Amino acid sequence: MFGSGSGSEQQIAREDASGLVKWLRSNRRAITSTLFLFVMLIGFTAANPEVFTQFKTYRSVMIALPVSMFLVVPLVFVVTAGEIDLSFPSVVGLASYAFASIVDHGGDPLIGIAVALIVGAALGYLNAILVVRIGLSALVATLGMNFFLRGLINIIVEGFSIAIPEIRDTFIHGLLTDDPIKIVDHLGIPNQMLWALAFTALGVFLYNRHSFGVRVHCVGDNPESAAEMGIDVSRTRTLVFVFTGIGAALAGIFSVMINFVWWPTTGDGLLLPVLAGIFVGGTPAWGGIGTVFGGMIGTSIVAFIETGVIAAGLTGFFTQFFYGLIIILSLIFQRFNGGRVR
Amino acid sequence: MQTEQKTKTSDYIIELRAVTKSFGNVNAVDGISFGVRPGEVVGLIGDNGAGKSTLIKILSGVHQPDSGQIIVRGEAVRGWNAAKSREAGIETVYQDRALAPQQTITRNIFMGREIKNRFGVIKVKQQYAEANRLMRDIGFTSKVFDPDSPVATLSGGERQGVAIARALYFDADLIVLDEPTTALSLVETAKVFGFIENVRARGRSIIFIGHNIYHVYDVADRFVVLDRGQVVMTEVKGAISTPEVLIKHMQEIAELGHATDASGT
Ligand SMILES: Nc1ncnc2c1ncn2[C@@H]1O[C@H](COP(=O)(O)OP(=O)(O)O)[C@@H](O)[C@H]1O
Ligand SMILES: [Mg+2]
Repeated sequence: MFGSGSGSEQQIAREDASGLVKWLRSNRRAITSTLFLFVMLIGFTAANPEVFTQFKTYRSVMIALPVSMFLVVPLVFVVTAGEIDLSFPSVVGLASYAFASIVDHGGDPLIGIAVALIVGAALGYLNAILVVRIGLSALVATLGMNFFLRGLINIIVEGFSIAIPEIRDTFIHGLLTDDPIKIVDHLGIPNQMLWALAFTALGVFLYNRHSFGVRVHCVGDNPESAAEMGIDVSRTRTLVFVFTGIGAALAGIFSVMINFVWWPTTGDGLLLPVLAGIFVGGTPAWGGIGTVFGGMIGTSIVAFIETGVIAAGLTGFFTQFFYGLIIILSLIFQRFNGGRVR
Repeated sequence: MQTEQKTKTSDYIIELRAVTKSFGNVNAVDGISFGVRPGEVVGLIGDNGAGKSTLIKILSGVHQPDSGQIIVRGEAVRGWNAAKSREAGIETVYQDRALAPQQTITRNIFMGREIKNRFGVIKVKQQYAEANRLMRDIGFTSKVFDPDSPVATLSGGERQGVAIARALYFDADLIVLDEPTTALSLVETAKVFGFIENVRARGRSIIFIGHNIYHVYDVADRFVVLDRGQVVMTEVKGAISTPEVLIKHMQEIAELGHATDASGT
């Protein structure tokens, strides 16, 4: 996944000597966040060994964590490209609304999925028009879009939720998400986690080994240089927004599949944990570098905080406090990986 | 298509005709016609702000001209951009070097033109090996460099080496060098000139932009002098006996320029 190749035998010798060091160095941000996750889990285990030595605990986190993973992967691309997208909670809401209402009206869930993906991609493209074509600030424009789209949802549904319990018996539901209620004693990893891992692996590959990911790096690092070397900077930026729209649609589809309900607020609670996951995972805010794998770890760190705080015997009142504390601590650790180089 | 007849006789690799480009109310390039023939080294000179960089950025597709024509190997082109110019065999070493400092040397060398399969998957091993070979060719022997280290760890001269290695790899028909020796040491400067001789020996063309008239005089076959966005002199080397003569011309141009300006053209 991260290794690098070699040509001549001389090179192989040189690489053998420093291969591990090189690997550690080029992946230090992801490694830092992974270590941080382990240290945190060890701390939780020390506080409550009974809970944190049971697979059940991890499984319960893995039920909802995938929703965040579908978001954090494309968002790492966005931040690496030197942009930001704060509209994703409402894109999750609107895309999953399309899915839920199609299923609710007796439509084929597959058509619902297809339409949700199209809605997500289209909204991502709309963001790109605002930011890339018109040249608005990504921060402000996508924040505006987040309010605008949530407002649109509220106007459309006037506060009503959509329950789709009928989805439970469909093949597609079984394929995408093991029903967590039906199989409460089943100790397997929920299907949605496997899909989210596959999506993350695809993200890691695109990010490091595909010309799209490499160009995202170059554009975020130095857009003028990228343009001078013939990279279509606008196209690259547009694609990261569209990718995020697609990720948001997937997150929304999975969220509804897992809960059997679409709420007018679906997606809203994701804004801060997912954003935190990007940076906690080791992707710096300045663009040009980052880590998709770290992003997954970062969202896991955030996801385990709530479970850990409760399991440690503290009341829910402590959750936010620990959110903040752990986010700041992990960022301080990432700081040791150095600031921006020019 | 209509231009075909007109341009049939063109023996230029690339030619600009009556090209203009302004930024706000600055006419950076103000009606320039200019071309490069196969195998020639053109020295492009002129004061700071004369429009040299803007001119070559039009050639290399970074800037779209406001008006005028770009003719590549006898055919007028439309929608000329940086990717197309590289495909057409024009490589440019920009004044700012066009590097992404947080990315590896390898990634910088192949920026915008990765070695990849048809699905866009990058051939990482091949790129690494090529980068390694290129860096040796260009003379990166001073320290234990690694094509996987970020460009930010390199000195100014080494960075210029990466920018030149990039142009070298793609074996371009025309290589444009915008002030490539600025801020380089003597040894590094000598390397750049060695590189230029190499390119010339292989029959490729070069546009060389330089501040140092002696340098330009040494390498160029033909001189093109710009002043405030216009070509004010084009002369082959044979017509100019020494660099001092060229410098004198330049001084005259500067004075003439002021004179014309004062009379309110
Ligand atoms: N991107 C730009 N935006 C605004 N003005 C520019 C830009 N590029 C060049 N200029 C202006 O155009 C003129 C010519 O610049 P340039 O082509 O860089 O000159 P040279 O390379 O000969 O020093 C200068 O007045 C410069 O300030
Ligand atoms: Mg210049």
